[in-house]
Amino acid sequence: MSFAPGQTVGPFFHLGLPFDGGNLLVPPAHPDAVRLHGRVFDGEGNAVPDSVIEIWQADQSGRVSRETGSFHRDGFTFTGWGRAQTDGDGHYWFSTVIPGATEPGRRPFVAVTVFARGLTDRLFTRAYLPGDEPDTLLDGLEPGRRDTLLITREERGLLFDIHLQGEGETVFLSYPRQAR
Amino acid sequence: MEAKYRVAAADWSSVASVTTQADINREIDQLRGSGGPQPRLDYPPYRSSVLRHPTKDRLLVDPEGVELWAPAFGAADVDSAEADLTIQRSGEPLGERMVVTGRITDGEGRPVRNQLVEIWQANASGRYWHQRDQHPAPLDPNFVGAGRCLTDDDGVYSFQTIKPGAYPWRNHLNAWRPAHIHFSLFGTDFTQRLVTQMYFPGDPLFDLDPIYQSITDPKARDLLVASYDHDLTTPERSLGYRWDIVLSGTHRTPLEES
Repeated sequence: MSFAPGQTVGPFFHLGLPFDGGNLLVPPAHPDAVRLHGRVFDGEGNAVPDSVIEIWQADQSGRVSRETGSFHRDGFTFTGWGRAQTDGDGHYWFSTVIPGATEPGRRPFVAVTVFARGLTDRLFTRAYLPGDEPDTLLDGLEPGRRDTLLITREERGLLFDIHLQGEGETVFLSYPRQAR
Repeated sequence: MEAKYRVAAADWSSVASVTTQADINREIDQLRGSGGPQPRLDYPPYRSSVLRHPTKDRLLVDPEGVELWAPAFGAADVDSAEADLTIQRSGEPLGERMVVTGRITDGEGRPVRNQLVEIWQANASGRYWHQRDQHPAPLDPNFVGAGRCLTDDDGVYSFQTIKPGAYPWRNHLNAWRPAHIHFSLFGTDFTQRLVTQMYFPGDPLFDLDPIYQSITDPKARDLLVASYDHDLTTPERSLGYRWDIVLSGTHRTPLEES
């Protein structure tokens, strides 16, 4: 295998990764803006204050954006990608739109990548919108595990907590052809 | 400054259960070869990983929808000057000027074109431009230590920078990280996302470092070590290092590409 292995982002990633507007896929004043947010927890239920969450999602109509410009957002172009770091409470948040299904009948989800000090490699997961559509991944999981992938709708947003370990440990994903 | 160091050492030695490098070495030895080509998520010698690794196996899924694509970055995102970390402030930074360049490809050898590469690193003294790094090495007012670039049409990236120094951390008593540059990489698919660290050839700290050793397969670890390349060295200017990167993960077949 010649694939480059991953390494932790370490404690000093704030120097290289976060950027202004990284968490604003749309401006909070956008008529369709929702807050997608949550907290990151370790195996003892403590907040993880030094993690980075990236999201990648379709727009409201299910279209996957090919637009550039995430680093200098103009407030109009939807790039579908964002990056946020957790605060002292382990809390992250994005201003975004509710993604549509990329194919008819599919359950929409936000693709999520998790990085943290102490995490030796990035983790992938999916934040699914609640719904009735069948989904191969969700339908194959026992309810307790399935719930870790489901967004909770709130009055003014979407809640998605991430548990790196322990009680309610989030289901993390790997993909074919990925070195393990 | 020396007195401060002595105080710090005294603080450590007063803790009865202090973990020494010898303890960590034993733990590293026990886990050698126990993982695959990627780092072990569960790697106790790296103490911060103990409560931060998932205990259940990752679930293998076929990528779908957005996962079949990577976010797009372009000239709107990155100015070409951001690839030169030595010109971000008013003066010349201290340390050994270097260039690091290489080619990013996917598992089938196809170049990752026009894609974002981000780096961050310590300065020549091993100090990060970061509030949390308080070890008594000097900051360099002329070196921040973060840069970005886009790969070209052949998947090649290039940065001008300063060779970072080794630095101490508190994993155990007298823990030092080998010099490294953090790299953040995107592929052509979401599943190829990678954040890793590039190291320098022959670093004497390799065997002692639980972060580097969290990749327990020596061949895989070697892939993170750049090679010195005199053809990249420029007269009276900077030393040259080459580091090529192969991204793992799935990719769309050509038929699916639009």
